[in-house]
Amino acid sequence: MPSSRDTPIQVADLSFDYVGRTVLNDIRLSVGAGKIVGLLGPNGSGKSTLLKIIAGTLPGYRGSVQVAGVEVRSFARGKLARLVAMVQQEPEFSFNYSVLEIVLMGRHPHLAGLAFESAADVEIAHAALDRCGILALGQRPIHELSSGERQRVVFARALAQEPMILLLDEPASFLDIRHQVEIFDIVRELAEVQGCAVLTAVHDLNLAAEYFDQVYLLSDRTIAACGSSGTVLNYANLTRVFETELYVDTNALTGKLLIVPLSGRSRRLLAETRAPRRNGGHQDS
Amino acid sequence: MVHRTERLTGRRVLIVTLLLAALLALCIGGGIAFGAGTVNFSSLLPGGSLTEVEHAILLQVRLPRVLAAGLLGGALAVAGVVFQALLRNPLADPYVLGVAGGASIGGVVALLLGLGSVGVMGGAAVPAFAFAGALAALLLIESIATVGGQLTVYSILLTGAIFNSFAAALIYFIQSVASLQQLHEIVFYLMGRVPALGYQELAVLALAIVIVDLAVYTMCRDYNALSLGEEGAMLLGVDVGRTKRFTFVLGSLLTGLCVAVAGLIGFVGLVVPHMLRLVIGPDHRLLLPAAFLGGASFLVLADLAARLLLVPNELPVGVVTALIGGPFFLYLLRTRGRNYAF
Ligand SMILES: Nc1ncnc2c1ncn2[C@@H]1O[C@H](COP(=O)(O)OP(=O)(O)O)[C@@H](O)[C@H]1O
Ligand SMILES: [Mg+2]
Repeated sequence: MPSSRDTPIQVADLSFDYVGRTVLNDIRLSVGAGKIVGLLGPNGSGKSTLLKIIAGTLPGYRGSVQVAGVEVRSFARGKLARLVAMVQQEPEFSFNYSVLEIVLMGRHPHLAGLAFESAADVEIAHAALDRCGILALGQRPIHELSSGERQRVVFARALAQEPMILLLDEPASFLDIRHQVEIFDIVRELAEVQGCAVLTAVHDLNLAAEYFDQVYLLSDRTIAACGSSGTVLNYANLTRVFETELYVDTNALTGKLLIVPLSGRSRRLLAETRAPRRNGGHQDS
Repeated sequence: MVHRTERLTGRRVLIVTLLLAALLALCIGGGIAFGAGTVNFSSLLPGGSLTEVEHAILLQVRLPRVLAAGLLGGALAVAGVVFQALLRNPLADPYVLGVAGGASIGGVVALLLGLGSVGVMGGAAVPAFAFAGALAALLLIESIATVGGQLTVYSILLTGAIFNSFAAALIYFIQSVASLQQLHEIVFYLMGRVPALGYQELAVLALAIVIVDLAVYTMCRDYNALSLGEEGAMLLGVDVGRTKRFTFVLGSLLTGLCVAVAGLIGFVGLVVPHMLRLVIGPDHRLLLPAAFLGGASFLVLADLAARLLLVPNELPVGVVTALIGGPFFLYLLRTRGRNYAF
C-alpha cells in the first residue's frame, strides 16, 4: 500500500449510485504527488461524478476514497478545502462579484471567522490572476466575461486556494488553443515544482497525450484501461471506448500520440480506399 | 458603474457603516421633527423650551414610532439579503417563503376572535397570534422541504409559494365570514403599517432583531461563497447544509417578527438590498450591516411620508414604500445599473 504522502488520492472499490442508477462501479485509482493524471471517457461515463466524490461533495459513495490518507467523507469541510481545490465543469455565479472578489474567495478556507482578506491574500490572488493572464480583468464584473475568460477566473481561484490536490473538470473546454496550453503549462509546473497531485478530466486527446503522466479511461461505469498515457492512449483503446473512427499517428516532434477525428465523409473515404489505418505502430500492435 | 475598490477591508466596512448610520440619524431626526401634530420649531432649537403637549408628541408619539419604523425596515432589509443569498436569487423577498402567510393567518384569526382591541393582553394578542402562526409555518415548511435530511432550495421556494397561496385563500375565506367591522380591521392589518409601540415593547423587538442579525452576520462570508452555488460553496469549505438551515430559520424569524408586529410592509426587503448592491457591491460583510441601516432609513422616511402626505389622514406605509420605492429603483437601474446583471 503506497503511503498517503506519496499518493494523496487513493480510491478503491468505489461504487456510486444516483437515486438507484449506478454510474460508477468498482473504481480503483490513485494519483501520486507531483503527477498529472487524466480522466478520459465519453459523455456520461462518470468523470465529473468521480471528481466530485474525491472533492467530498458527494458523500453517499460505497468503498474507500482517501485524500491525504483520510477517508474523504469524514473530513471536516474547511480542512478538506485547504487541501483540495476543484475547477467545476459548470461553475455558477449568482451574484455579480468582480473577478478579483471571485478569486479572493479561493482564500475563504484559509480565513478565520469574520476576517477580511489580508494584503498577503490579495497578493496571492493577484499572482494567480497574473499567472492566468487575466490581471487586467480584476475589476470587471464576472457576468460580463466570456465563457473562456470565466473559465480562467475559476482556474485562478483554484490556484489562490493553494491546494495540495487539484481536481480539474474539463478546465480548458472553452479555451482557445493558446490558453489551453498556458493553463496546462501552469498545471505541469504546479505538479513538478510544488508537488501538487492533479486529476483532470479532459476531452482533448492530444492535450492528454502531451501533458498527462497517467490516464484512466472510463467507460460503461468502470475503468476500461489505465496506465501511462503512452501505453493507454492507442488506436484500439480509443476507438473502442469512444466508439468512433480515428486517425492515429505519432507526433514527429515529441514522439507522442497524434489523434485526429474523422468525419463521416472521411470514414467513407477510408473504407473505399481501404487505406492502411495508421495507428503509428503503437503498443497495441 | 459598480463602485468597488481593490478589496474589502474592515476599514471600508466601518466607513460605509458610519456614513449610513449618519444617514439614519438624519432620517430619525426628520421623523421626529416633522409630523401631523403641531410642534413649534423654535422650541426644538437650543434654548427653546417645549410645552408639555409638545414634549408628549415628540417623546411619546413620534420617537417610538420612528424607532419602530427603523427596526422593522432594518430587519426586513436584512431578511431580504439573507433569503436572496440562501435562494441565490436576487428577486427573492422576505415574504416568498411562506412564513409571512403563516403570520398573516395568525393575526387575522386573532382579529376574527375579537382579540384586536387594546383591552385584550394590552394589545399584544394579535402580534402573539401572528408570531405563533409564523413559527408554525416555519416548522411546517422546514419539515416538508427537507428531503433526505437536506433542505433543498427548490422545495423551500415551492413549498413557501404554495403555502402563501393557501394562506391567502384561507384569509379570503375568513374575510368572507367576518363582520364588516372585523373586515375593516383585517384589511388594515394586512396592509402594513408602523405600529405605535411602547418603549418596553420596542426594547424586546430591538433585542430580538439584534440577536438574529448578529447570528446572521456570523455567516456573511459563507453567503459570499454560496453565490458560487451549493457545490461551489462546499468546495470552499462551507458547511452548506448547516448554513442553509440556520439561514432559513433566522430569516424566517426576522420576517415573522416583522409581519406579526406590522403586517405586510412590502418592497423594503426587495428594493433596499438591490439599491445597496448597485452602490457598494454584493459582498455580504458590507451588505448586511448596510442593509440594516439602509432599510431602517428607508422605512423611517417612508413612514414620515405616510404620515405627512394626506394630513390629517395617514397612508399605509406599504403604499408609500411601493409608490416611491418602485419608480426610484427603476430609475437607479436605468441610470446606474448597466453593469448590474440579475
Ligand atoms: N445529479 C444527477 N442525478 C442523476 N444522475 C446524474 C446526475 N449527475 C449525473 N448523472 C448521470 O450520471 C452519469 C455520469 O455523469 P457525469 O459524471 O456527469 O459524466 P461525465 O462527466 O463523464 O460526462 C450520467 O449518465 C449522468 O446522466
Ligand atoms: Mg462531466
